[in-house]
Amino acid sequence: MFDRRLVQYFDWGLFGLSVVIGCIGLATLYSAVTAEAPAPQKILFFKQLIWFAIGLAAMVVSFMFNYKLLDRWAQSIYTICILLLICVLVFGKYIGGSKRWLILGPISIQPSELVKIAVIAVLARYFSKDAYTRGFTLRELIRPFILTMIPILLIVKQPDLGTAMVIVLIAGTMTVFVKIERRSLISLIVSCSIIIPMIWFFLKEYQKQRILVFLDPDRDPLGAGYHIIQSKIAIGSGMIGGKGFLKGTQNALSFLPEEHTDFIFSVLAEEWGFLGSIVLILLFLVLIFWGLNIAIACREPFGTILAVGITAMIFWQVFINIGMAMGLMPVVGVPLPFISYGGSSALTIAIGIGLLLNVSMRRFLLE
Amino acid sequence: MFGEALIKYLKTADSEWYKQRIISIMICILAVFVILFVRLIYLQVINGEELRRLSLNNSIRLQSIDPPRGRVYDRNGKILVDNRPSFDVSIILKDAQPVEQTIEKLSEYIQVAASDLMSTIMHTRDFSSYKPILLKQDIGRNALAALEVHKHDLPGVGVKVNLRRNYITNQHAAHLIGYLSEINSDELKSGDYPECRSGDLIGKFGAEKTYDSLLRGKRGGRQVEVNANGQVVRVLKTVTSIPGHNIFLTLDQDVQKKSEELLEGVAGAVVAMEPTSGRILALASGPTFDQNAFVGGISREKWASLISNPFRPMANRAIQGEYPPGSTYKIITALAGLEEGVIDEETIFECPGFYRFGNRVYRCWKKGGHGKVDIIKALAESCDVFFYQVGQKLGVDRLAWYAKASGLGSATGIHLDHEASGLIPTAAWKQKRTGIPWQEGETLSVAIGQGFNLATPLQMAVFTSAVANGGKRYKPLILEAIKTLDGRLLHEETLRVIGKLPVGEKTLDLVKEGLWQVVNSEKGTARRIRLSRIQISGKTGTSQVISRKDDEEIAEENIAAHLKSHAWFVAYAPSDAPRIAVSVVVEHGEHGSGAAAPIAKEIIKTYLRSYKSRTQLVAQKIDKKGNRPREISKDILRD
Repeated sequence: MFDRRLVQYFDWGLFGLSVVIGCIGLATLYSAVTAEAPAPQKILFFKQLIWFAIGLAAMVVSFMFNYKLLDRWAQSIYTICILLLICVLVFGKYIGGSKRWLILGPISIQPSELVKIAVIAVLARYFSKDAYTRGFTLRELIRPFILTMIPILLIVKQPDLGTAMVIVLIAGTMTVFVKIERRSLISLIVSCSIIIPMIWFFLKEYQKQRILVFLDPDRDPLGAGYHIIQSKIAIGSGMIGGKGFLKGTQNALSFLPEEHTDFIFSVLAEEWGFLGSIVLILLFLVLIFWGLNIAIACREPFGTILAVGITAMIFWQVFINIGMAMGLMPVVGVPLPFISYGGSSALTIAIGIGLLLNVSMRRFLLE
Repeated sequence: MFGEALIKYLKTADSEWYKQRIISIMICILAVFVILFVRLIYLQVINGEELRRLSLNNSIRLQSIDPPRGRVYDRNGKILVDNRPSFDVSIILKDAQPVEQTIEKLSEYIQVAASDLMSTIMHTRDFSSYKPILLKQDIGRNALAALEVHKHDLPGVGVKVNLRRNYITNQHAAHLIGYLSEINSDELKSGDYPECRSGDLIGKFGAEKTYDSLLRGKRGGRQVEVNANGQVVRVLKTVTSIPGHNIFLTLDQDVQKKSEELLEGVAGAVVAMEPTSGRILALASGPTFDQNAFVGGISREKWASLISNPFRPMANRAIQGEYPPGSTYKIITALAGLEEGVIDEETIFECPGFYRFGNRVYRCWKKGGHGKVDIIKALAESCDVFFYQVGQKLGVDRLAWYAKASGLGSATGIHLDHEASGLIPTAAWKQKRTGIPWQEGETLSVAIGQGFNLATPLQMAVFTSAVANGGKRYKPLILEAIKTLDGRLLHEETLRVIGKLPVGEKTLDLVKEGLWQVVNSEKGTARRIRLSRIQISGKTGTSQVISRKDDEEIAEENIAAHLKSHAWFVAYAPSDAPRIAVSVVVEHGEHGSGAAAPIAKEIIKTYLRSYKSRTQLVAQKIDKKGNRPREISKDILRD
């Protein structure tokens, strides 16, 4: 049953790349949690180490089976994930003003992370059937639209706007990739440009305020605006060579909020400077291109679209997270793949990489 | 033709087609990464030096601007609580190098031992060398002047003008108004105070707690750039704070003050309310406590002494004190008896001074007996024997039904924490609680308000108000209105009827006649508080702390102070058109007539005197406007 060619075609490059970025992530996390005031939280580092081990196992599982089975399982996986999201709203625990976690004994998981994979799988399944070069019409897009909106509404309710936004972007990228039929695209753009201002009109004052702060952090100089300033100071102060490992001061003074999750790039940029930052950014670029290359090499629509979806997830998270830390993006909690602290996030990325490996190593096993 | 076109149009997407699209995606991604790259160069290479300079001293800092907390007024607009400026000294350790030397100098100027200052620093939670640590609050003007003069000598030391809560008439309405205190970690975690952080003061008790979110306002802040000494060089951005709202309590300061004077030296409680609205005019509990002691953080010793004080000054007896209602409960027994038809206005019982039931003798408080007694005389002279028989005919459960319908046994819903619900026993309750079936003899004790019965002074005030106003039980209100700082009316508390006494007009009139005679007849138990110009109706009560055996004779002088009976008096006045209802309890005051009734009289006098002077003002206005006096009087109250 097990084909020897699979070992032969195993994508060591992608695997190695992931391990390298993962190690950079662990080192940065170590620095972030060690310096954290008032009390260092080294425990977080060891927790993350365990999550990486779990992630590695999940990655192996994700490439062991033939990814085409996913085509069959996608619906069930999606349904389970939606049920988990409903569980979060019912049984979830409030931490810091939102309900995102399901506590299962010693571990807490964030189903909104895992649901990304489910959405990618279920959309890949839909888009790979009857795909024509003219693209999908509005009528054909209703089903994927509903499939995307269900988890998004459940996640917005938590609320976890960052994850919701990433899912919208992933689904959007996949849809654009399989092409929207031209007339449908035009009517879509026209109706959006009419509806969006109308929604604005119906929003309450505090909701408008929140969106304005989101788009322009300077409007909230005591909250988001201040975080951005501190993050920019941290990054900039790294200069070309960086201050050195564990020598970052902004991080040490815990002026960076959420330094081990959302603002972890600032920690890295401060300690490793321009040289370190550019290495990380280039590694991400290579990883993303690698993923897209797998999509090209796969000669079958489901695998191609799946690989594009996973790569889109990595791309958007990298871009939003680093862009936010540098003051290019709204302040929104999106984890940096492999680097930010967080078990569910690490697990999701590991599964994603596992699926990319899966598609890659089975590229010659068609027909 | 057409088919061919369709096939061409619906060409299946193949790998080559996908490849082309992926290549376009790659180009887009490359462009995005170029943006990241350029931004990174801009921050780290072009602006690197400037940003490194700002990072060295952590130069960009946030300073918070605390909003002034809303003030508290009484119903007539007299101020009860405001804020006053307090000069607080704090230190930022990173800026204060060398710390020891700075502390030593500081200790000289503010007259606090250097070792004390050091220990304050050591015991600070959330310790950070970049965060200001509060060293001393409310320093005097002289110390302030000294600090200002020697500012250059004291790096890292800052004086901030904070607003400090000021309870103007200290200890005044302490239980009702409450106090502020530092938020604790449980409260921070609870999510009830999303905008608070450690070190903030929040309302912990009384109205300060109930209306905390209205009073608190919204914090503002500043983004500032500081120099190496921690002094502000530039203010980058400011968000102004939003002051809290002012609240107007239903309290009448004069009545409240009078109540507290009268309670001085005793443990007890007074509740006075408008019977026609439920608005609380006074809510006093003695002994009381010093609210200002909590403002700057109460010392351990002071707190310990408050908590260990056997007279429990922190307990609000008006809403938490549960006492057997004693003879004041006879009003309920009377209502129930008349309404159920077990007695009527013509029923007469003979009182020889005792009542034999089963193999026990139940005594009347009056040894010689009351002779022939009807319902009115029974209330006026508080004849126990009469009510034993009414209670016996009713049975405990019917009596309990009326008591519950009168609002006893459940909280009134006043907007204050920790309100007690009291207790109205039923046969089922006793069986469940003790496992012993109800004894019929116990019904007799219950009928005169002894035994298991428990009621709070507030419950009795609400009940007395209902009797006074013809049967409506109003929810007791402590808030009259909320206004913004500039006087705009935000909210006006609406009256709410929470229940009706389940009795007819005729029953109520009979009982009211009895209550009138308590004060105004020759032999009424409260005849000593009779006033020539104000008609008061009321009911005395004496609730036993220990149950005396029927055949045991104890001279009252020989009873230890803590075993003496509690004194009750509930009243309303003027009898024909009640404007105030009062409920008074004096712990171990022995007799309602002696200890509690005179207090009620004084409170009624105080209120009606000031009420009269206000209505005279109103009378002048009526002629011009022709409006109803009540509404105008309301206008005046809110001016």
